Amino acid sequence: MLIKKSGDIRYSEVTAKGLYLGRRKFLAAMPAAFLAGRELLSPAARARAAGKFPGLAKSPFSTTETETPFNQVSVYNNFYEFGTSKDDPSHYAKNFKTDPWTVSVEGEAAKPRKFSIDEILKLAPLEERIYRHRCVEAWSIVVPWVGYSLSALLNQVQPTAKAHFVAFQSYFSRGEMPQASGMDFPYVEGLRLDEAMHPLALLCVGMYGDSLPPQDGAPVRMILPWKYGFKSIKSIVRIRLVEKMPANTWNTMQPTEYGFYSNVNPSVDHPRWSQASERRLGELRRRPTLMFNGYGDQVASLYTGMDLKKNF
Amino acid sequence: MLRRRWVKLVVFLLALTPACWLARRAWNSDLTPNPIEYITHFTGDWAIRMVVATLAITPLRRILRLPDLIRFRRMIGLFAFFYASLHFATWFGLDKFFDMHEILADFVKRRFIIAGLVAFLAMLPLAITSTAGWVRRMGGRRWQALHRLVYLTAVAAVFHYYLLVKSDIRLPVLYGSLVGLLLLYRVGWWLRKRRAAPAVP
Repeated sequence: MLIKKSGDIRYSEVTAKGLYLGRRKFLAAMPAAFLAGRELLSPAARARAAGKFPGLAKSPFSTTETETPFNQVSVYNNFYEFGTSKDDPSHYAKNFKTDPWTVSVEGEAAKPRKFSIDEILKLAPLEERIYRHRCVEAWSIVVPWVGYSLSALLNQVQPTAKAHFVAFQSYFSRGEMPQASGMDFPYVEGLRLDEAMHPLALLCVGMYGDSLPPQDGAPVRMILPWKYGFKSIKSIVRIRLVEKMPANTWNTMQPTEYGFYSNVNPSVDHPRWSQASERRLGELRRRPTLMFNGYGDQVASLYTGMDLKKNF
Repeated sequence: MLRRRWVKLVVFLLALTPACWLARRAWNSDLTPNPIEYITHFTGDWAIRMVVATLAITPLRRILRLPDLIRFRRMIGLFAFFYASLHFATWFGLDKFFDMHEILADFVKRRFIIAGLVAFLAMLPLAITSTAGWVRRMGGRRWQALHRLVYLTAVAAVFHYYLLVKSDIRLPVLYGSLVGLLLLYRVGWWLRKRRAAPAVP
């Protein structure tokens, strides 16, 4: 079969004369355009300019330390639902659906109920809080989170006198999380009620001025800057007010290595490694780890009279 | 074919590829947000893989009837030592920054550090006596006896890996099974040989 091809050039394919004459100018402008594009991708610009949450209220709890770049924080995650390697979650969580989403706040409460993610976003004014975040594996980051104190949510359901602890549960679905391994799911965490009501305890819906990427616990997670990172449970679907100390996943797995409290404490080693120092992502040398990750002034009073070596 | 010179070169280049890959990523500043951890894990992974590979040579020679595989054993063993040295140096220099106080504290307190050190130190005499001259000087039998230290290295290396992972033990278990299998094969071989040739007075 012979396929005839028209030899003509359609008029729409002809370069306009002005464009043709200006081609050198266009080429000359390329490097600048390239640089501008790069600038937009830098975390600070990315967030505050184009993010979902522009013009956030600044929090007095924020640190002035240098933020870890977004492109490091978002590819270095512990989120075993999406695989146990640090770079697994940013791969496998890409298509994780976080809308619609509801969080059930229940248990020992006068008005237990479910909250949609939209309701959560509007419950209280969103703030930007730049916190230090210290992983139990002795690395750390500084992240501008978005959210408000968990107490605002808990007050909505009115905890009863029997509510002494708060139990959290992450979303889990084997179908959506085939890479999940290394522990029992769903992931659970817990706090004492007074810890949960502490203003530093952040109900977090975003970072770097934007929504949370799935690998960082979208659409809603906890941030507890004075505790090791694993306490800051991700992708929460249930918050239950309870009378007795609830289980937390890592403690259930290895009770000698991970406690219920898991406050950052340089003088209590993990049985297998030292907690005296940490490596801030982006830095070569280790830096000393601070008691309560440097939030002692705010939270030390929660633990007055407690033996923190025993209650690690 | 295994006797050809170029085959040895190919094996050499293959064994060197991971190191080149690491160097390339380092050159491109592409070592993940935590480069020291990445280098540590990468070199450790390749050290243990090379140890498993050297242990596999003898069984494979017999099973595949490829006695010439012996030609690569020393080289692969030395590559195991090469990656283990990088691994050790990364921990010692980059991670701990030659902080002897912390390093000594680790030696005393951390079982996985002790296991890793045992694995590494056991390789040291093997690397030193890996030359033909040393085989001659020591005599084949004594040399071979010394080089059975590699079994200790393999077991200690697996133990080292197993002790340090937080919860996902799949890889340490995999390497452990491989080492276990390769050692069991030797036990089986030894028992068979003993039965075949009963005790000589």
